[in-house]
Amino acid sequence: MIEPNVAGGLIGGSLIGISSLLMLLLLGRITGISGILTGIITWNKTDGLPWRAAFIGGLILGAVLYQIIFGRPLPLQMQADGVMLVLAGLLVGMGTRLGSGCTSGHGVCGIARRSPRSIVSTVTFMAVAVITVYLTRHVLA
Amino acid sequence: MKTSLAALLSGIVFGLGLAISEMINPARVIGFLDISGQWDLTLMLVMGSALAFTLIGFPLITRKAHPILAEKFTLPTKKTLDLPLISGAVLFGIGWGLAGLCPGPAIAGLASLNPGIFLFVAAMIAGQFIGLQLEKALAR
Repeated sequence: MIEPNVAGGLIGGSLIGISSLLMLLLLGRITGISGILTGIITWNKTDGLPWRAAFIGGLILGAVLYQIIFGRPLPLQMQADGVMLVLAGLLVGMGTRLGSGCTSGHGVCGIARRSPRSIVSTVTFMAVAVITVYLTRHVLA
Repeated sequence: MKTSLAALLSGIVFGLGLAISEMINPARVIGFLDISGQWDLTLMLVMGSALAFTLIGFPLITRKAHPILAEKFTLPTKKTLDLPLISGAVLFGIGWGLAGLCPGPAIAGLASLNPGIFLFVAAMIAGQFIGLQLEKALAR
């Protein structure tokens, strides 16, 4: 087993939960990052373009602040490159659009709303991702 | 203006959370998904602690008449377990397993200026446009 980052995981996860609570309490919105992104790329001016752009900007700013506060680069070890990265990006974009959400919207917020759609989605994408990793790293590799 | 500031603050907290929890790191995500390898349970701790807040907080907040800065709650209305939901989750799961990146960490990861992250985000945006077209075609 790889040594888990227990403190970072618990603190970081709590911050993610608190951020989702803030969005619901203040804006009445689900913190679904794929959905927030869709609203920006379709340039839908009638559906909260400013707050969407502000949230996405904040997401990047938070990662910038991490580097300033802790004085070290972001932890980042890429696991794919080139064509594989493009293919993965296309699948994540298509899948989150068709499936109405990703790890944040379905996984963190939807489950908290006890939404059957979100529970089914989360179980499905987790299981498929586990199978994908198994096939690509242990069977085909 | 107030809603944008609130969203900016929430975004910063979320981005910090992704970086501190290392979910921004594809190696941590793949380490969790690779159950037959050297399993890394960090992702489970992250989801668990995030859910500890949302599972308790969401029902309390939606009991209010309206959010603080908006007239009403805007929550998903779809209820049916349909084919787009399942097939979307399958496609997303394959992509997530291939690169170890999902939308939040990928966007926050842009702050690293890593070219691979930019490539992934560009492909993800293209994928969303394809997904939107597919949704339209399916709705016909």
